[in-house]
Amino acid sequence: MNARLINWFKFSSPATFYPLAGKMVPIFTLLAVVLIGVGLYMSFFVAPTDYKQGEGYRIIFVHVPAAWMSMFIYLIMAFWAGLGLVFNTRLSGMMTRALAPTGAIFAFLALWTGAFWGKPMWGTWWVWDARLTSELILLFLYLGYLALQGSIDDTRRADRAGALLVLVGVVNIPIIYYSVQWWNTLHQGATISMDNGSKMGVTMLWTMLIMALGFWAYTIAVALARVRSIILEREADTTWVSELAEVRR
Amino acid sequence: MFSAFKTLVGRDLLLAMRRRSDLFTTLFFFVIVVSLFPLGIGPELNTLRLIAPGVFWVAALLASMLALERLFAIDYEDGALEQMLLAPQPLFILVLAKVTAHWLVTGLPLVLMAPLLGLQYDMATDALMAMVISLLLGTPALSLIGAIGAALTLGLRGGGVLVSLLVLPLYIPVLIFGSGAVEATASGLGGQGHLSMLGAILVLSLLFAPIASSAALRISAE
Repeated sequence: MNARLINWFKFSSPATFYPLAGKMVPIFTLLAVVLIGVGLYMSFFVAPTDYKQGEGYRIIFVHVPAAWMSMFIYLIMAFWAGLGLVFNTRLSGMMTRALAPTGAIFAFLALWTGAFWGKPMWGTWWVWDARLTSELILLFLYLGYLALQGSIDDTRRADRAGALLVLVGVVNIPIIYYSVQWWNTLHQGATISMDNGSKMGVTMLWTMLIMALGFWAYTIAVALARVRSIILEREADTTWVSELAEVRR
Repeated sequence: MFSAFKTLVGRDLLLAMRRRSDLFTTLFFFVIVVSLFPLGIGPELNTLRLIAPGVFWVAALLASMLALERLFAIDYEDGALEQMLLAPQPLFILVLAKVTAHWLVTGLPLVLMAPLLGLQYDMATDALMAMVISLLLGTPALSLIGAIGAALTLGLRGGGVLVSLLVLPLYIPVLIFGSGAVEATASGLGGQGHLSMLGAILVLSLLFAPIASSAALRISAE
Protein backbone atom coordinates (compact mmCIF):
# COMPACT_ATOMS: atom_id res chain seq x y z
CA MET A 1 0.00 0.00 0.00
CA ASN A 2 2.62 2.42 1.13
CA ALA A 3 5.01 1.41 -1.61
CA ARG A 4 2.35 2.03 -4.23
CA LEU A 5 1.68 5.51 -2.89
CA ILE A 6 5.34 6.36 -3.04
CA ASN A 7 5.53 5.03 -6.55
CA TRP A 8 2.75 7.31 -7.69
CA PHE A 9 4.19 10.41 -6.16
CA LYS A 10 7.66 9.61 -7.39
CA PHE A 11 6.65 10.57 -10.91
CA SER A 12 4.97 13.78 -9.82
CA SER A 13 8.39 15.38 -9.80
CA PRO A 14 9.45 16.80 -13.17
CA ALA A 15 12.95 15.37 -12.72
CA THR A 16 11.70 11.77 -12.56
CA PHE A 17 8.84 12.24 -14.99
CA TYR A 18 11.02 13.69 -17.73
CA PRO A 19 12.90 10.44 -18.53
CA LEU A 20 9.72 8.37 -18.13
CA ALA A 21 7.92 10.59 -20.63
CA GLY A 22 10.92 10.31 -22.90
CA LYS A 23 10.55 6.52 -22.90
CA MET A 24 6.78 6.66 -23.46
CA VAL A 25 6.76 9.14 -26.35
CA PRO A 26 8.21 6.73 -29.01
CA ILE A 27 5.88 3.91 -27.90
CA PHE A 28 2.78 6.01 -28.24
CA THR A 29 3.99 7.62 -31.44
CA LEU A 30 4.38 4.16 -32.97
CA LEU A 31 0.96 3.12 -31.65
CA ALA A 32 -0.61 6.26 -33.08
CA VAL A 33 0.96 5.79 -36.50
CA VAL A 34 -0.10 2.12 -36.69
CA LEU A 35 -3.61 2.63 -35.36
CA ILE A 36 -4.37 5.72 -37.43
CA GLY A 37 -2.83 4.04 -40.47
CA VAL A 38 -4.98 0.93 -40.05
CA GLY A 39 -8.00 3.07 -39.19
CA LEU A 40 -7.61 5.25 -42.26
CA TYR A 41 -7.13 2.21 -44.50
CA MET A 42 -10.26 0.61 -43.07
CA SER A 43 -12.27 3.79 -43.33
CA PHE A 44 -11.35 4.28 -46.99
CA PHE A 45 -11.24 0.72 -48.35
CA VAL A 46 -12.83 -1.76 -45.93
CA ALA A 47 -15.88 0.04 -44.53
CA PRO A 48 -18.85 -0.38 -46.90
CA THR A 49 -20.49 2.53 -48.66
CA ASP A 50 -23.45 3.82 -46.73
CA TYR A 51 -26.69 3.16 -48.59
CA LYS A 52 -28.15 6.53 -47.72
CA GLN A 53 -25.20 8.88 -47.39
CA GLY A 54 -22.91 7.43 -50.05
CA GLU A 55 -19.14 7.89 -49.81
CA GLY A 56 -19.33 11.22 -48.07
CA TYR A 57 -20.09 9.65 -44.74
CA ARG A 58 -16.49 8.40 -44.46
CA ILE A 59 -15.41 11.70 -42.96
CA ILE A 60 -17.24 10.60 -39.84
CA PHE A 61 -14.32 8.28 -39.03
CA VAL A 62 -12.22 11.35 -38.37
CA HIS A 63 -15.00 13.60 -37.20
CA VAL A 64 -16.48 11.53 -34.38
CA PRO A 65 -13.19 10.47 -32.74
CA ALA A 66 -11.97 14.09 -32.96
CA ALA A 67 -15.13 15.31 -31.25
CA TRP A 68 -14.77 12.64 -28.56
CA MET A 69 -11.15 13.56 -27.99
CA SER A 70 -11.91 17.28 -27.74
CA MET A 71 -14.30 16.52 -24.88
CA PHE A 72 -12.15 13.88 -23.19
CA ILE A 73 -9.10 16.10 -23.24
CA TYR A 74 -11.01 18.85 -21.47
CA LEU A 75 -12.03 16.37 -18.78
CA ILE A 76 -8.43 15.15 -18.42
CA MET A 77 -7.30 18.77 -18.19
CA ALA A 78 -9.87 19.31 -15.46
CA PHE A 79 -8.54 16.22 -13.67
CA TRP A 80 -4.98 17.52 -13.76
CA ALA A 81 -6.14 21.00 -12.82
CA GLY A 82 -7.98 19.69 -9.78
CA LEU A 83 -5.02 17.53 -8.79
CA GLY A 84 -2.69 20.49 -9.16
CA LEU A 85 -4.84 22.76 -7.01
CA VAL A 86 -5.27 20.11 -4.30
CA PHE A 87 -1.75 18.67 -4.08
CA ASN A 88 0.06 21.75 -5.34
CA THR A 89 2.19 19.69 -7.71
CA ARG A 90 4.03 21.51 -10.47
CA LEU A 91 3.71 18.70 -12.97
CA SER A 92 -0.10 18.83 -13.00
CA GLY A 93 -0.09 22.39 -14.25
CA MET A 94 2.40 21.46 -16.93
CA MET A 95 0.23 18.53 -18.03
CA THR A 96 -2.83 20.79 -18.23
CA ARG A 97 -0.85 23.25 -20.29
CA ALA A 98 0.52 20.48 -22.53
CA LEU A 99 -2.92 19.02 -23.26
CA ALA A 100 -4.69 22.29 -24.09
CA PRO A 101 -3.33 22.91 -27.63
CA THR A 102 -4.13 19.32 -28.67
CA GLY A 103 -7.65 19.69 -27.30
CA ALA A 104 -8.11 22.94 -29.16
CA ILE A 105 -6.87 21.32 -32.38
CA PHE A 106 -9.29 18.41 -31.99
CA ALA A 107 -12.20 20.77 -31.28
CA PHE A 108 -11.29 22.72 -34.40
CA LEU A 109 -10.87 19.52 -36.40
CA ALA A 110 -14.28 18.29 -35.27
CA LEU A 111 -15.89 21.55 -36.37
CA TRP A 112 -13.98 21.62 -39.65
CA THR A 113 -14.74 18.03 -40.65
CA GLY A 114 -18.29 18.55 -39.43
CA ALA A 115 -18.64 21.44 -41.86
CA PHE A 116 -17.31 19.25 -44.68
CA TRP A 117 -19.80 16.57 -43.75
CA GLY A 118 -22.64 19.04 -43.34
CA LYS A 119 -22.30 20.60 -46.78
CA PRO A 120 -23.23 17.47 -48.81
CA MET A 121 -25.52 15.94 -46.15
CA TRP A 122 -27.44 18.91 -44.78
CA GLY A 123 -26.71 21.29 -47.65
CA THR A 124 -25.07 23.83 -45.36
CA TRP A 125 -21.69 24.40 -43.80
CA TRP A 126 -23.07 25.37 -40.44
CA VAL A 127 -26.27 24.87 -38.47
CA TRP A 128 -26.90 26.44 -35.08
CA ASP A 129 -27.53 23.00 -33.73
CA ALA A 130 -27.00 22.12 -30.09
CA ARG A 131 -23.97 19.95 -30.71
CA LEU A 132 -22.27 22.31 -33.10
CA THR A 133 -22.78 25.26 -30.83
CA SER A 134 -21.51 23.53 -27.72
CA GLU A 135 -18.46 22.26 -29.59
CA LEU A 136 -17.77 25.82 -30.70
CA ILE A 137 -18.04 27.02 -27.12
CA LEU A 138 -15.65 24.25 -26.08
CA LEU A 139 -13.16 25.63 -28.59
CA PHE A 140 -13.62 29.09 -27.04
CA LEU A 141 -12.93 27.65 -23.59
CA TYR A 142 -9.69 26.11 -24.83
CA LEU A 143 -8.66 29.39 -26.43
CA GLY A 144 -9.52 31.31 -23.26
CA TYR A 145 -7.34 28.95 -21.22
CA LEU A 146 -4.45 29.30 -23.65
CA ALA A 147 -4.80 33.08 -23.70
CA LEU A 148 -4.81 33.27 -19.91
CA GLN A 149 -1.79 30.98 -19.66
CA GLY A 150 0.05 32.97 -22.27
CA SER A 151 -0.49 36.34 -20.66
CA ILE A 152 0.80 35.45 -17.19
CA ASP A 153 4.57 35.48 -16.95
CA ASP A 154 4.85 33.90 -13.52
CA THR A 155 4.42 30.20 -14.38
CA ARG A 156 3.20 29.24 -10.92
CA ARG A 157 0.42 31.79 -11.04
CA ALA A 158 -0.31 30.89 -14.67
CA ASP A 159 -0.77 27.24 -13.75
CA ARG A 160 -3.04 27.89 -10.80
CA ALA A 161 -5.11 30.55 -12.57
CA GLY A 162 -5.44 28.28 -15.58
CA ALA A 163 -6.44 25.35 -13.38
CA LEU A 164 -9.18 27.40 -11.77
CA LEU A 165 -10.46 28.51 -15.17
CA VAL A 166 -10.52 24.92 -16.45
CA LEU A 167 -12.48 23.81 -13.39
CA VAL A 168 -15.01 26.63 -13.79
CA GLY A 169 -15.31 25.69 -17.46
CA VAL A 170 -15.93 22.04 -16.68
CA VAL A 171 -18.78 22.98 -14.36
CA ASN A 172 -20.20 25.03 -17.17
CA ILE A 173 -19.94 22.42 -19.90
CA PRO A 174 -23.06 20.40 -18.97
CA ILE A 175 -24.96 23.66 -18.44
CA ILE A 176 -23.89 24.94 -21.83
CA TYR A 177 -24.68 21.63 -23.50
CA TYR A 178 -28.19 21.40 -22.12
CA SER A 179 -28.98 25.09 -22.38
CA VAL A 180 -28.05 25.03 -26.04
CA GLN A 181 -30.18 21.94 -26.55
CA TRP A 182 -33.22 23.52 -24.89
CA TRP A 183 -32.66 26.77 -26.66
CA ASN A 184 -32.91 24.98 -29.97
CA THR A 185 -35.83 22.71 -29.30
CA LEU A 186 -38.00 25.71 -28.57
CA HIS A 187 -37.39 27.20 -31.98
CA GLN A 188 -37.63 24.23 -34.25
CA GLY A 189 -36.94 20.54 -34.32
CA ALA A 190 -33.31 19.55 -34.72
CA THR A 191 -32.41 19.38 -38.39
CA ILE A 192 -30.91 15.94 -38.00
CA SER A 193 -30.40 13.56 -35.13
CA MET A 194 -26.99 12.05 -34.74
CA ASP A 195 -28.20 8.95 -32.85
CA ASN A 196 -27.40 6.51 -35.61
CA GLY A 197 -24.72 4.78 -33.54
CA SER A 198 -26.81 1.69 -32.82
CA LYS A 199 -27.75 1.21 -36.44
CA MET A 200 -24.14 1.40 -37.55
CA GLY A 201 -22.54 -1.64 -39.14
CA VAL A 202 -19.95 -3.64 -37.22
CA THR A 203 -17.08 -2.77 -39.59
CA MET A 204 -17.86 0.92 -39.30
CA LEU A 205 -17.97 0.70 -35.52
CA TRP A 206 -14.61 -1.08 -35.39
CA THR A 207 -13.06 1.44 -37.75
CA MET A 208 -14.28 4.26 -35.59
CA LEU A 209 -12.96 2.62 -32.43
CA ILE A 210 -9.55 2.05 -33.99
CA MET A 211 -9.43 5.66 -35.11
CA ALA A 212 -10.42 6.78 -31.62
CA LEU A 213 -7.68 4.66 -30.05
CA GLY A 214 -5.21 6.04 -32.58
CA PHE A 215 -6.22 9.58 -31.62
CA TRP A 216 -5.75 8.67 -27.97
CA ALA A 217 -2.24 7.42 -28.68
CA TYR A 218 -1.51 10.55 -30.70
CA THR A 219 -2.78 12.76 -27.89
CA ILE A 220 -0.67 10.99 -25.29
CA ALA A 221 2.45 11.10 -27.45
CA VAL A 222 2.05 14.78 -28.32
CA ALA A 223 1.13 15.82 -24.79
CA LEU A 224 4.12 13.99 -23.33
CA ALA A 225 6.48 15.46 -25.90
CA ARG A 226 5.08 18.90 -25.14
CA VAL A 227 5.31 18.41 -21.40
CA ARG A 228 8.97 17.46 -21.84
CA SER A 229 9.69 20.78 -23.54
CA ILE A 230 7.71 22.63 -20.88
CA ILE A 231 9.71 20.90 -18.16
CA LEU A 232 12.98 21.81 -19.87
CA GLU A 233 11.85 25.39 -20.30
CA ARG A 234 10.73 25.89 -16.72
CA GLU A 235 13.46 23.92 -15.00
CA ALA A 236 16.21 25.32 -17.21
CA ASP A 237 18.30 26.57 -14.28
CA THR A 238 18.24 23.38 -12.20
CA THR A 239 21.18 21.03 -11.93
CA TRP A 240 19.38 17.93 -13.14
CA VAL A 241 18.48 19.63 -16.42
CA SER A 242 22.04 20.82 -16.95
CA GLU A 243 23.25 17.25 -16.40
CA LEU A 244 20.97 15.81 -19.10
CA ALA A 245 22.78 14.35 -22.07
CA GLU A 246 20.66 16.20 -24.64
CA VAL A 247 21.18 19.54 -22.88
CA ARG A 248 24.94 19.17 -22.43
CA ARG A 249 25.46 18.34 -26.04
CA MET B 1 -20.05 38.98 9.27
CA PHE B 2 -23.16 40.67 8.00
CA SER B 3 -21.89 44.04 9.22
CA ALA B 4 -18.72 43.48 7.18
CA PHE B 5 -20.92 42.82 4.17
CA LYS B 6 -22.93 46.00 4.80
CA THR B 7 -19.85 48.11 5.42
CA LEU B 8 -18.17 46.95 2.23
CA VAL B 9 -21.29 47.49 0.12
CA GLY B 10 -21.72 50.97 1.65
CA ARG B 11 -18.08 51.81 1.01
CA ASP B 12 -18.19 50.71 -2.61
CA LEU B 13 -21.44 52.57 -3.25
CA LEU B 14 -19.97 55.69 -1.66
CA LEU B 15 -16.86 55.40 -3.81
CA ALA B 16 -19.02 54.97 -6.89
CA MET B 17 -21.14 58.00 -6.00
CA ARG B 18 -18.00 60.12 -5.68
CA ARG B 19 -16.99 59.21 -9.24
CA ARG B 20 -20.30 59.51 -11.01
CA SER B 21 -18.82 59.54 -14.50
CA ASP B 22 -17.74 55.92 -14.01
CA LEU B 23 -21.23 55.10 -12.94
CA PHE B 24 -22.77 56.36 -16.14
CA THR B 25 -20.29 54.98 -18.67
CA THR B 26 -21.68 51.44 -18.45
CA LEU B 27 -25.25 52.66 -18.76
CA PHE B 28 -24.46 54.89 -21.73
CA PHE B 29 -22.55 52.08 -23.38
CA PHE B 30 -25.65 49.91 -23.10
CA VAL B 31 -27.89 52.68 -24.46
CA ILE B 32 -25.57 53.42 -27.36
CA VAL B 33 -25.09 49.79 -28.39
CA VAL B 34 -28.84 49.17 -28.30
CA SER B 35 -29.50 52.35 -30.31
CA LEU B 36 -26.91 51.44 -32.93
CA PHE B 37 -28.74 48.35 -34.11
CA PRO B 38 -31.73 50.11 -35.67
CA LEU B 39 -29.26 52.34 -37.51
CA GLY B 40 -27.42 49.34 -38.84
CA ILE B 41 -30.38 47.14 -39.63
CA GLY B 42 -32.98 49.69 -40.66
CA PRO B 43 -36.03 51.07 -38.91
CA GLU B 44 -38.40 48.26 -39.93
CA LEU B 45 -40.43 47.73 -36.74
CA ASN B 46 -41.26 44.08 -37.41
CA THR B 47 -37.58 43.19 -37.71
CA LEU B 48 -36.70 45.26 -34.65
CA ARG B 49 -39.34 43.54 -32.55
CA LEU B 50 -37.89 40.20 -33.63
CA ILE B 51 -34.26 40.98 -32.80
CA ALA B 52 -34.91 43.05 -29.66
CA PRO B 53 -34.37 40.23 -27.09
CA GLY B 54 -31.07 39.20 -28.60
CA VAL B 55 -29.84 42.77 -29.03
CA PHE B 56 -30.72 43.75 -25.48
CA TRP B 57 -29.13 40.70 -23.97
CA VAL B 58 -25.94 40.90 -26.00
CA ALA B 59 -25.66 44.59 -25.14
CA ALA B 60 -26.18 43.76 -21.46
CA LEU B 61 -23.49 41.07 -21.69
CA LEU B 62 -20.99 43.46 -23.25
CA ALA B 63 -21.81 46.27 -20.83
CA SER B 64 -21.44 43.99 -17.84
CA MET B 65 -18.16 42.66 -19.24
CA LEU B 66 -16.75 46.16 -19.78
CA ALA B 67 -17.52 47.08 -16.21
CA LEU B 68 -15.72 44.04 -14.83
CA GLU B 69 -12.30 45.59 -15.12
CA ARG B 70 -13.06 48.04 -12.35
CA LEU B 71 -14.44 45.41 -10.00
CA PHE B 72 -11.20 44.57 -8.20
CA ALA B 73 -8.62 46.67 -10.04
CA ILE B 74 -8.81 49.83 -7.91
CA ASP B 75 -8.66 47.90 -4.65
CA TYR B 76 -5.78 45.87 -6.03
CA GLU B 77 -3.80 48.97 -6.90
CA ASP B 78 -4.23 50.82 -3.60
CA GLY B 79 -3.72 47.71 -1.47
CA ALA B 80 -7.24 47.52 -0.05
CA LEU B 81 -7.64 44.10 -1.62
CA GLU B 82 -4.75 42.69 0.37
CA GLN B 83 -6.37 43.95 3.53
CA MET B 84 -9.54 42.13 2.52
CA LEU B 85 -7.58 38.93 1.95
CA LEU B 86 -6.09 39.28 5.43
CA ALA B 87 -9.38 40.22 7.10
CA PRO B 88 -10.86 37.83 9.69
CA GLN B 89 -14.18 37.77 7.85
CA PRO B 90 -14.51 35.03 5.23
CA LEU B 91 -13.45 36.16 1.78
CA PHE B 92 -16.66 34.67 0.40
CA ILE B 93 -18.70 37.38 2.13
CA LEU B 94 -16.35 40.16 1.08
CA VAL B 95 -16.38 39.05 -2.56
CA LEU B 96 -20.15 38.80 -2.42
CA ALA B 97 -20.29 42.35 -1.06
CA LYS B 98 -18.00 43.67 -3.80
CA VAL B 99 -20.09 41.96 -6.46
CA THR B 100 -23.35 43.20 -4.94
CA ALA B 101 -22.13 46.78 -4.94
CA HIS B 102 -20.82 46.36 -8.46
CA TRP B 103 -24.16 45.05 -9.65
CA LEU B 104 -26.07 47.87 -7.93
CA VAL B 105 -23.87 50.37 -9.74
CA THR B 106 -23.58 48.77 -13.18
CA GLY B 107 -26.30 46.13 -13.50
CA LEU B 108 -29.37 47.68 -11.92
CA PRO B 109 -29.32 50.83 -14.09
CA LEU B 110 -29.44 48.63 -17.19
CA VAL B 111 -32.45 46.78 -15.84
CA LEU B 112 -34.24 50.06 -15.16
CA MET B 113 -33.29 51.52 -18.52
CA ALA B 114 -34.27 48.47 -20.59
CA PRO B 115 -38.06 49.05 -20.74
CA LEU B 116 -37.57 52.58 -22.01
CA LEU B 117 -35.30 51.34 -24.78
CA GLY B 118 -37.69 48.47 -25.41
CA LEU B 119 -40.33 51.02 -26.41
CA GLN B 120 -37.98 52.17 -29.16
CA TYR B 121 -38.06 48.61 -30.45
CA ASP B 122 -41.87 48.59 -30.31
CA MET B 123 -41.99 45.70 -27.86
CA ALA B 124 -45.30 44.58 -26.35
CA THR B 125 -45.96 45.21 -22.66
CA ASP B 126 -45.69 41.60 -21.57
CA ALA B 127 -42.45 41.17 -23.52
CA LEU B 128 -41.11 44.27 -21.77
CA MET B 129 -42.12 42.79 -18.44
CA ALA B 130 -40.34 39.53 -19.28
CA MET B 131 -37.30 41.53 -20.36
CA VAL B 132 -37.10 43.37 -17.03
CA ILE B 133 -37.57 40.19 -15.00
CA SER B 134 -35.03 38.24 -17.05
CA LEU B 135 -32.49 41.06 -16.79
CA LEU B 136 -33.18 41.33 -13.07
CA LEU B 137 -32.40 37.64 -12.66
CA GLY B 138 -29.63 37.48 -15.23
CA THR B 139 -27.43 40.52 -14.67
CA PRO B 140 -26.48 39.56 -11.08
CA ALA B 141 -25.47 36.16 -12.40
CA LEU B 142 -23.36 37.93 -15.03
CA SER B 143 -21.64 40.01 -12.35
CA LEU B 144 -21.02 36.93 -10.21
CA ILE B 145 -19.59 34.83 -13.05
CA GLY B 146 -17.65 37.78 -14.40
CA ALA B 147 -16.02 38.32 -11.01
CA ILE B 148 -14.12 35.05 -11.51
CA GLY B 149 -12.66 36.35 -14.75
CA ALA B 150 -11.93 39.75 -13.24
CA ALA B 151 -10.12 38.12 -10.33
CA LEU B 152 -8.09 35.83 -12.59
CA THR B 153 -6.87 38.64 -14.84
CA LEU B 154 -6.04 41.05 -12.02
CA GLY B 155 -2.99 43.13 -12.85
CA LEU B 156 -2.27 41.43 -16.18
CA ARG B 157 -1.31 43.25 -19.32
CA GLY B 158 -4.17 43.38 -21.80
CA GLY B 159 -6.54 42.37 -19.02
CA GLY B 160 -9.60 43.89 -20.66
CA VAL B 161 -9.43 41.83 -23.84
CA LEU B 162 -8.44 38.75 -21.92
CA VAL B 163 -11.43 39.02 -19.61
CA SER B 164 -13.76 38.96 -22.59
CA LEU B 165 -12.15 35.79 -23.88
CA LEU B 166 -12.49 34.07 -20.51
CA VAL B 167 -15.89 35.30 -19.47
CA LEU B 168 -18.00 35.46 -22.61
CA PRO B 169 -18.13 31.65 -23.14
CA LEU B 170 -19.26 31.30 -19.54
CA TYR B 171 -21.98 33.91 -20.11
CA ILE B 172 -23.63 31.89 -22.86
CA PRO B 173 -26.22 30.01 -20.73
CA VAL B 174 -27.42 33.29 -19.23
CA LEU B 175 -27.70 34.80 -22.70
CA ILE B 176 -29.63 31.81 -24.05
CA PHE B 177 -32.16 31.68 -21.26
CA GLY B 178 -32.43 35.45 -20.91
CA SER B 179 -33.21 36.18 -24.52
CA GLY B 180 -35.19 32.92 -24.68
CA ALA B 181 -37.53 34.14 -21.94
CA VAL B 182 -38.27 37.37 -23.77
CA GLU B 183 -38.70 35.64 -27.11
CA ALA B 184 -40.98 32.97 -25.68
CA THR B 185 -43.14 35.62 -24.02
CA ALA B 186 -43.28 37.70 -27.17
CA SER B 187 -44.37 34.70 -29.23
CA GLY B 188 -47.06 33.81 -26.70
CA LEU B 189 -45.45 30.63 -25.36
CA GLY B 190 -44.79 32.02 -21.90
CA GLY B 191 -41.29 32.49 -20.55
CA GLN B 192 -41.84 30.74 -17.25
CA GLY B 193 -39.47 27.84 -17.94
CA HIS B 194 -36.65 30.09 -19.12
CA LEU B 195 -37.08 32.37 -16.14
CA SER B 196 -36.92 29.40 -13.78
CA MET B 197 -33.68 28.25 -15.39
CA LEU B 198 -32.32 31.77 -15.13
CA GLY B 199 -33.22 31.79 -11.44
CA ALA B 200 -31.49 28.44 -11.01
CA ILE B 201 -28.35 29.79 -12.68
CA LEU B 202 -28.47 32.81 -10.38
CA VAL B 203 -28.77 30.65 -7.26
CA LEU B 204 -25.96 28.35 -8.37
CA SER B 205 -23.64 31.20 -9.26
CA LEU B 206 -24.52 32.92 -5.97
CA LEU B 207 -23.29 29.84 -4.16
CA PHE B 208 -20.27 28.84 -6.21
CA ALA B 209 -18.98 31.88 -8.08
CA PRO B 210 -17.79 33.72 -4.92
CA ILE B 211 -15.84 30.61 -3.90
CA ALA B 212 -14.12 30.48 -7.26
CA SER B 213 -13.53 34.25 -7.20
CA SER B 214 -11.99 34.04 -3.74
CA ALA B 215 -9.65 31.30 -4.89
CA ALA B 216 -8.78 33.34 -7.98
CA LEU B 217 -8.08 36.44 -5.86
CA ARG B 218 -5.75 34.47 -3.62
CA ILE B 219 -3.90 33.19 -6.71
CA SER B 220 -3.66 36.64 -8.28
CA ALA B 221 -2.67 38.58 -5.18
CA GLU B 222 -0.08 36.24 -3.78
